[in-house]
Amino acid sequence: MLTPQKTLDTYYLEARRDLLEVAAMLDRYDRSVEKEGKPAADESKLNSLLEALALLSKKDHPESNRAEQLLVHFAKVS
Amino acid sequence: MQIIQPHYHAIARTAQDYERMAMSGVVAVCEPAFWAGFDRRYPETFIDYFAQISEFEPTRAAEFGIRHYCWVAVNPKEAENKELTDEVLRQMPEFLEKETCLGVGETGLHKSTKNEIESLEAHVEIAMKYNQLVLIHTPHLSDKAHGTKTVLEVLAGMDVNPDRIWIDHVEEQTIEPVLDAGYWAGMTLYPVTKCSPRRAVDILEKYSTERLLVNSSADWGPSDPFTLQESIVEFRRRGHSLQEAVDIYHNNPCRFLGQNPKWDIKPITISEE
Repeated sequence: MLTPQKTLDTYYLEARRDLLEVAAMLDRYDRSVEKEGKPAADESKLNSLLEALALLSKKDHPESNRAEQLLVHFAKVS
Repeated sequence: MQIIQPHYHAIARTAQDYERMAMSGVVAVCEPAFWAGFDRRYPETFIDYFAQISEFEPTRAAEFGIRHYCWVAVNPKEAENKELTDEVLRQMPEFLEKETCLGVGETGLHKSTKNEIESLEAHVEIAMKYNQLVLIHTPHLSDKAHGTKTVLEVLAGMDVNPDRIWIDHVEEQTIEPVLDAGYWAGMTLYPVTKCSPRRAVDILEKYSTERLLVNSSADWGPSDPFTLQESIVEFRRRGHSLQEAVDIYHNNPCRFLGQNPKWDIKPITISEE
């Protein structure tokens, strides 16, 4: 296993990229809503993503199981 | 679809990349002079490098039916070596006369140091003196916003024609001031850093595409020449027409680079019979 510092140094840029993709996807949705003049009929996927982000932003995850929690969370969306 | 790779560091890539690009519609690549991953110690090393990209590399590309053009400059990282920069700049004009050399680039900033800024000014002055196009690199990651602002401030203090200057590697936080000042803006699509194919299409949808260029990433580091095709697929998937794609990924480079008469590839209009 990598050291804590090496873990951050190794994966930071990839995580940054992935978060930027999520941010861009949410911006894309907003612009689409603005253009269409109305939101998607079913926004459950959007809400699921926003809830997932909130889950990730919680500081303490004593079991280090964020990925597992997200998979359980996403399973609620069909 | 015919595609132009406006920013491509061929010397760091394989012949197989040329072959695959040819198979996927790439008709021309443009190779700016860049950092080799280490700081070169001698001006003569640069001169040989300029000869490589202006004389040898076009022959390698031609094997696959791809046109190869180049730009010459001392990149911002090595511009920290003032003595080396001055000597390379003294010899650079002879390469501007090469039949495939399109202009001065990539100059620009890396850490926005005093030496880098002086080098940028000197490069732009030479470009203006010899009536050349200019390609300007903007910094990476946390230095990008400040470096781009500094580039614009430097240019604002010089007698330049924004039509002939391409400021590269813009992202969401830097594109507006570049376009507002009248320059051409380039997006560079990397697998991890800089822009991504999807974010580039977002930017194309958000801004007027008249002065936008899209590059893949092709160098000695983690990069991928086919992020450009990935971006085109994403653009078309969102419902944009073939002509709109041709305008951005082929015709815009022709419009900017065609300001140099050495560039003879013309914009394409799709017609149906």
